Amino acid sequence: MTRYLFAALAIASLCVPGAAQTIRKNDLAISSPWTRQTAPGQSVGGGFMTIANGGKSADKLVSASSPAARKVEIHSMTMDGRIMRMRAVPDGLPIPAAGVLELKPGGFHIMLIGLKAPLALGKSVPLTLRFAKAGTVTVQLKVEPVTHGMGGGHDGH
Amino acid sequence: MTDIEPQQSASTPTSSRRAGLVVIGLVALLLGVVAAMILMPKWANQPSVSAAADGPGGPFTLTDTKGQTVTDRTLVGKPYAIFFGFTRCPDVCPTTLSRMTQLRKQLGPDGMKLNIVFVSVDPGHDKPADIGNYLSLFPTPIIGLTGTEAQIKQITDEYGIYFAKVPVEGGDYTIDHTAGILLFDDRGAFVDMMDANEQPAKSINRLRKLIDA
Repeated sequence: MTRYLFAALAIASLCVPGAAQTIRKNDLAISSPWTRQTAPGQSVGGGFMTIANGGKSADKLVSASSPAARKVEIHSMTMDGRIMRMRAVPDGLPIPAAGVLELKPGGFHIMLIGLKAPLALGKSVPLTLRFAKAGTVTVQLKVEPVTHGMGGGHDGH
Repeated sequence: MTDIEPQQSASTPTSSRRAGLVVIGLVALLLGVVAAMILMPKWANQPSVSAAADGPGGPFTLTDTKGQTVTDRTLVGKPYAIFFGFTRCPDVCPTTLSRMTQLRKQLGPDGMKLNIVFVSVDPGHDKPADIGNYLSLFPTPIIGLTGTEAQIKQITDEYGIYFAKVPVEGGDYTIDHTAGILLFDDRGAFVDMMDANEQPAKSINRLRKLIDA
């Protein structure tokens, strides 16, 4: 089951052009970490990725940090009717055993607060993730066009 | 229009004839009610939008990204899709504007028969230049508007847009806000509302109707 999950993720990541990066740490596989380009004066950015847990026990994304931002938080985004609400998730997010945590537009995401410089297209931003069991992992968020991630990952290109 | 009762037949009053007229009257009334129910905007049934009783829209005065004044009258002449957000919104705002960009592209040459308008609900932070920088990330022209707190309050009240600052750790804030896209016709009358996450084909239908009207 787990093996199939990883295979599926590997195939899925191939479908996202230029974003096939997968980082492994213990039982975790983090794939396609990306962020949107930002404009000067736009002091926040979002971080998105898929975290798969191939292990037999749950893990938890506890916190994150980046040299590119003053502060990094884990956020939820929910729609309450037509009202968008965004909140910090200070307790972190679970990654179930043999499960997947998806950080994506319209859902949970990493929030880079107080960007030290605009996120420029084609560059990448280091992001260190802290997990309860797997420890720390540093991934490179690839800076994608602002329209990236729409309708299955192909439309922004 | 001719009278229902021609003069020469008025001298033959029968009760069945009167009853017939009453029936015609009732049917006409019923048709009117049904037509009104069909034509009434869907918006009217959605309590989540708290606007004036006669629907979203109304006069406003705001400033565009070049510092020019834009009013409700300025937008008359082309239908428009209007969305409220803020430049430091990391998720729903770029997603919505990206979707509008994508929909316009799908409309082909007709895509430019529609204006896309972005109004900031963070006037304290979003100055015209900030909005200009932000919108320049999108590969299609978008009209970006901001104003004073009072001007933003006026348009959000009129358009039934909810927004509220929510403090985050470290003295900063984020803004909860209505994320629907409101559609107005070329005379500035409200027509429809749509969500960025609905099926693109559905949105294209709405926009086609708006453009072809």
